[in-house]
Amino acid sequence: MSLLDYFRSSKTSSASLAKERLQILVAYERSSNSQPSYLPQLQKELLAVIQKYVDVNHEAMTINLEQNDNQETLELNIVLPDARRV
Amino acid sequence: MARIIVVTSGKGGVGKTTTSAAISMGLAKKGHKTVVIDFDVGLRNLDLIMGCERRVVYDIINVINGEASLNQALIRDKNCNLLSILPASQTRNKDALTQEGVGKILEELAKDFKYIVCDSPAGIEQGAHLAMYFADDAFVVTNPEVSSVRDSDRMLGLLSSKSRRAERGEEPIKEYLLLSRYSPERVKSGEMLSLDDVQEILSLHLLGVIPESKSVLTSSNSGMPVILDEKSDAGQAYADIVARYLGENKPHRFIDDKSGFFRKLFGGK
Repeated sequence: MSLLDYFRSSKTSSASLAKERLQILVAYERSSNSQPSYLPQLQKELLAVIQKYVDVNHEAMTINLEQNDNQETLELNIVLPDARRV
Repeated sequence: MARIIVVTSGKGGVGKTTTSAAISMGLAKKGHKTVVIDFDVGLRNLDLIMGCERRVVYDIINVINGEASLNQALIRDKNCNLLSILPASQTRNKDALTQEGVGKILEELAKDFKYIVCDSPAGIEQGAHLAMYFADDAFVVTNPEVSSVRDSDRMLGLLSSKSRRAERGEEPIKEYLLLSRYSPERVKSGEMLSLDDVQEILSLHLLGVIPESKSVLTSSNSGMPVILDEKSDAGQAYADIVARYLGENKPHRFIDDKSGFFRKLFGGK
């Protein structure tokens, strides 16, 4: 590393910020482009069913479809509200 | 067997037409009979970059509609007689470009030419779709800049799902990265994404880096593909790219900053 580089490294470069933003965005877009088109609707309907029994909001639920070599896993994650308040 | 190459990027202004003109000229100069097709119906510009704008009589839509034969529409390049240009239509509606029509034209061209270079328009509409649909190889032109990298990634998704090869379950389109408008100096000072950064995100086979170069503009001013400017850095970069594509082993250039004695003194590796 040169003397100049030493002074430069004190603050994060805009290029590294660009890279970081891109990595997050691209990962998100790849996963949303590869998931089946019915997934958002499925999530909506599942949420409606759960809401009939438990008071959860939209953010409390995540749905994820993962594909491995020869199997697909549908992962459903629901954060239930604090039991004392129900 | 003819090989169909699509030059694509998603984003506009990154150098698709410059690249299409340069590599088609490069392939022809290497002795391969090559045709380059402009798919940007309504906004054609390849003719201008190739310097044949005043010789356009018929275009690709005329051929699809049966108003002209392929041979009537093809323009023989003035610098290299192994290179032909099929211009896009300037006036017609984009919908005139049909999958069946393009398929027929490519089939006919494949009998006569070794390489068919398809210059894709920006965006993901019909013209861009048809430019990539029949492709065997894809040259993804990317600038070291956030919006261009994102759009390139989107195009990669489309190449692997919306092409004839994908639909037929054949071997996928071979994708290559052409990183253009690269400025090693700005990469070094941390204001531009580096080749490694872009590769970490796109992970493509690198065909070459084209440095930001004044010669690209001056070549387009005179209607000469930049590859003909053998003294220019961009011209040499494209010549390297063509050679690598044809299987020659050329070490990569224009990646590192080589400017200035003092810079070397302070930061030389």
